[in-house]
Amino acid sequence: MSATLLSVRGLSRVFDVSKPWLNRAIERLPKRMLTAVSDVSFAVAERTTYALVGESGSGKSTIGKMVVGLLRPTEGIVEVAGTDIHGPRAAEVRTDVQMIFQDPYASLNPRWRVGDIVAEPVAAKGGDTAGLAERLLEQVGLAAEDAGKFPHQFSGGQRQRICVARALASGPRLIVCDEPTSALDVSVQAQVLNLMSDLKDELGLTYVFISHDLTVVRHMADRIGVLYLGRLVEEAAPEDLFEAPQHPYTAMLLDAAPKLDGFGREVPPPVGEIPDPIDPPPGCAYNPRCPLAIDRCRRERPPLEAKGAGRVACWRAGETVGVEAT
Amino acid sequence: MSAVLELQDLTVEIPTRRGLVRPVDGVSWAIAPGEILGVVGESGAGKSMTGNAIIGLLDPPARIASGRVLLNGERIDDASPSAMRRIRGKRIGMVFQDPLTSLNPLLPIGDQIAETVQTHLGASQGEARRRAVAALEEVGIPSAAARIGSYPHEFSGGMRQRVVIALALCAEPDLVIADEPTTALDVSVQAQITALLRRLCRERGTAVMLVTHDMGVIAETADRVAVMYAGRLAELGPVREVLGNPHHPYTEGLMGATPAASAGRARLHQIPGAMPRLGALPTGCAFHPRCPRAQERCRAEPGPTLAADGGRAACWFPVGEARAA
Repeated sequence: MSATLLSVRGLSRVFDVSKPWLNRAIERLPKRMLTAVSDVSFAVAERTTYALVGESGSGKSTIGKMVVGLLRPTEGIVEVAGTDIHGPRAAEVRTDVQMIFQDPYASLNPRWRVGDIVAEPVAAKGGDTAGLAERLLEQVGLAAEDAGKFPHQFSGGQRQRICVARALASGPRLIVCDEPTSALDVSVQAQVLNLMSDLKDELGLTYVFISHDLTVVRHMADRIGVLYLGRLVEEAAPEDLFEAPQHPYTAMLLDAAPKLDGFGREVPPPVGEIPDPIDPPPGCAYNPRCPLAIDRCRRERPPLEAKGAGRVACWRAGETVGVEAT
Repeated sequence: MSAVLELQDLTVEIPTRRGLVRPVDGVSWAIAPGEILGVVGESGAGKSMTGNAIIGLLDPPARIASGRVLLNGERIDDASPSAMRRIRGKRIGMVFQDPLTSLNPLLPIGDQIAETVQTHLGASQGEARRRAVAALEEVGIPSAAARIGSYPHEFSGGMRQRVVIALALCAEPDLVIADEPTTALDVSVQAQITALLRRLCRERGTAVMLVTHDMGVIAETADRVAVMYAGRLAELGPVREVLGNPHHPYTEGLMGATPAASAGRARLHQIPGAMPRLGALPTGCAFHPRCPRAQERCRAEPGPTLAADGGRAACWFPVGEARAA
């Protein structure tokens, strides 16, 4: 096991989604607080890929933004190589962290040439950018001449390669990838995922990989954290997670994901939907949808505790394997 | 065989400054009552354009250049706009990707369904209301009677898609065209919606054309599958055979490129290059520049055209046959 590069401890983020104060005063409404992330802790070892999975509203993108320093946590600490990214010495590690976003159409400035976009992370710090963009573009499988073109001249997959090149420009150690391939077609997705794996090996990168797609995550991750309503409910190595999910939510997710060889597969579909994060259910947030829920689940929230090689937050964690339909 | 929908050599053309392009080129297939035909392909393959051509919603200057669309044996591709309006909603129901844009945000959902019932089935106002409630109950909206006065924004994404499905099915159509119905939804909700589509189609004998790019959804939901590439049909057959033992190299490539939960961390198969632009299609088979099996004939001649029932893959050198030889 190599050294820990990223350490996240007790991370929480609360958003104020109240109406303006005048409306509140007239309509006598209370403030409304949305807890997007609450008390999330995990560590990522150097040169590994840590995946965060969850459905919409689970807080995975909010965590990603806090890890790169785009969003301040309400509580908790994000440390990169031992330095707090939100602390006074953040500047020392800023260039060690980069991000790749989901939508390659929105994340490239349409009025800039690709070469300027790619070199920007270095140019902004006053670094030497001569030949940098050309070298990086070749590294991600594009041509050096592409540096003079504009983003609209590229397809979605090529744009995502440009985003990867830009993320590499400052020589980062950690890259946070927020759904990097969910806007792409499968054949292009395969190209981008393979590129990311190659670069990881070549450059010794560490990834935090955010996705809703379990099959992609299985393919990329060394360790997977499953989020539900802003909390980590399970963390394990991919083999363990896919073969013996400990949390009933993980089991449900695995079961609901369409299988390539699931011809005519008929499983009872999962019940219910993600509850309102402003007013989450008491106890374990999953209890209204959980087939194993008991009274205790409705009263007390289970803590995230070590179990085997992973961690799980469930009162009945050991029993969940039995209910998984095969 | 009495097919609900039959496409015969359907071709859609768009005149552009650089000449004609064909986003749909010689597509033929048939869907039987109660059958779900999955249509897969990547962006630009012509899946949605085929759906729009069937329901007569091509944006000009795109037009059906040749071929026929038969609904229960009756030609509808040359129907007048007013006749098409009577067919849409009544005999062909539609479910689109984004449920928020398919519903009128200013009308309660009950009114929208009742209006459709009144228009197409000539029911009275009271009867239409009752049927609207019944339709919402059938798609699994809890306490439907109390919620018919709710507006679309008061529902979650999954519930909205259920409303859209109720709307598509309330006039009891023979055919439903579902264009990426679950793409905007989470996996758990996606599983609910595909199970719902499957159940309704089986119970009522409705034929479904399910357009999606998700091979997993196709595998679990469809009876037969049509794989499209650059406007042409690449492969057509029962889902088990096409996905389990693909004959067209493109289908094989797609399956290899899709990460499978069971496959672990093996390197993904890559299809080199990207789908060609319609204005710049290569000569011969459109897939040949990306195809590992391409030979001289593929560069010179377009692949064999698939008839509605004969032949599996539009390929000169299909994968399965070589393996057998």
